[in-house]
Amino acid sequence: MGGGWLNGVKRDFTKEEALEEYLFFLADDALILGQQLSKWCSVGPVLEQDIAIINTALDHIGRARLLYQHLAVLKGGVTTEDSLAYFRDHMDFRNALLIEQPNGHWGETIVRSFFMDTFNFYLYDRLRSCSYAPIAEVAEKSIKEITYHAQWSAEWVVRLGDGTEESREKVQKSVDDLWMWTGELFETSPIYKELDPSFVKFSTLKSSWLEKVDEVLQVATLTRPEDGVWAQTGGRYGVHSAQLGFILAEMQILPRTHPDANW
Amino acid sequence: MGTNISIEEKFQAYVDAENKVEPKDWMPEKYRKTLVRQISQHAHSEVIGMQPEANWITRAPSLRAKLILLAKVQDEAGHGLYLYSAAETLGTSRDQMIADLQSGKAKYSSIFNYPTPSWADMGTIGWLVDGAAIQNQVMLTRTSYGPYARAMVKICKEESFHQRQGYEIIMKLAQGTPEQKKMAQESLNRWWWPSLMMFGPSDDNSPNSEQSMRWKIKRKSNDTLRQEFVNKTVPQAHYLGLTIPDSDLKWNEKRGSYDFGEINWDEFYNVIQGNGPCNKERIAHHVKAHEEGAWVREAALAYAEKEDKRRQNTTPAA
Repeated sequence: MGGGWLNGVKRDFTKEEALEEYLFFLADDALILGQQLSKWCSVGPVLEQDIAIINTALDHIGRARLLYQHLAVLKGGVTTEDSLAYFRDHMDFRNALLIEQPNGHWGETIVRSFFMDTFNFYLYDRLRSCSYAPIAEVAEKSIKEITYHAQWSAEWVVRLGDGTEESREKVQKSVDDLWMWTGELFETSPIYKELDPSFVKFSTLKSSWLEKVDEVLQVATLTRPEDGVWAQTGGRYGVHSAQLGFILAEMQILPRTHPDANW
Repeated sequence: MGTNISIEEKFQAYVDAENKVEPKDWMPEKYRKTLVRQISQHAHSEVIGMQPEANWITRAPSLRAKLILLAKVQDEAGHGLYLYSAAETLGTSRDQMIADLQSGKAKYSSIFNYPTPSWADMGTIGWLVDGAAIQNQVMLTRTSYGPYARAMVKICKEESFHQRQGYEIIMKLAQGTPEQKKMAQESLNRWWWPSLMMFGPSDDNSPNSEQSMRWKIKRKSNDTLRQEFVNKTVPQAHYLGLTIPDSDLKWNEKRGSYDFGEINWDEFYNVIQGNGPCNKERIAHHVKAHEEGAWVREAALAYAEKEDKRRQNTTPAA
């Protein structure tokens, strides 16, 4: 393919495009994870944890809204937070593949959250000093809840890992199964060429993330998969797993069925 | 004053003087049983009531509506927790109450045995079901058992908020596209009668009511509460331009109240006895979640025990 594309993936971005892409990384991660977690409502292992996980879903969706509202301003015209959530197709979503993986059992959801929450913790902590004020403001506003998410999911990894034989086995399998989706979190992207260094490059978070994951897994008596597992890729440039289609079909059905309606 | 009054009479006098009964106070066994039954039933209603609404969280049509619905269902889970705690003060454990719910021994509000096929049902539940619940719960803020009355004060505040949110959903639909109006009316058609049934049997057929009124657990009869609800709700429906599905409904000038048609009591008793459209589904859902969570609860418990041991081993001997 010619001009600005490599292996079917767009390589050249304007400054404006790069900024939007970065915002979609953040916003779509928040929305899709929130949507996934919200499915735990009324099916959690104990009522207190239903409350905890609903609360986390609320935080993610709340953060997604702030980011989409800002994107809507950038895009102008008729774009709204809801048109961005409800009227884009899978190829326009920029969320990491990790979080579109199915909820599975409690341990799978916990491990998926633990990987993502730990990533978000280092990311948003640093984004508080992003030169782009709207991002810095969202980061400042969210860091407290993101810190809580990371603690909550790490505590659950430890509880399940160092709980019963059955729980250890189950959660170890979740770690092993989900590992191949974590490499993508630290991918480089051509958008960074257009952004100043205060837009945290995800690749720079890898060592802190790995150190924390190792620490928690060790306390949990779990083992991390060997280095060199082939990492899946695609979410950040719109190539998704089939799971996302179902997530969007469910989420978008009403506005798409009644495009002229206000809710 | 005679000295030979019984402890039951003393209790009645205490309640008559508008005093609150607290967990450690003496109370008639039947008072305790009635309260455990009523409070646990209330807790179960909050918890089972999460299901018909959780059903729409992933499909809420705007991000704002999704957040509001999530927050609402979270509040309900919270209400379930306070109420289980209030019931536990009477000496029955939450595990026991949950076992009774799952075996069918304990009941929950029959309204949740109806399905929610439409987004409009999220509005109707808030408007009518929470509206009916508030009618009952405002009365319960003055109930004679202290922990229950206090839990109700907090719950009522949140329920009024839910009712306004439900009304807002219905209002948007009623003022929306023709399809949205149709959704709103269709939902009202399905929920109106079950909402009236929420107040329980008519006063002539409500065997436990009289004693509960005497003990000031309950302060208004089922029919009184039902009439108050109808009077309050009919003008709201008119304002929305929706039609209440009752051809006998009309304003009675003399009574200063709406007359309304006869409730289908066959349906009422059948749904209570387990024959509603969703009775089996609701309990099966609860049992499934509970069973699938067993390994998680066991793990949490095992971990907590290990932690306790580790703490003991590191505590220096005195």
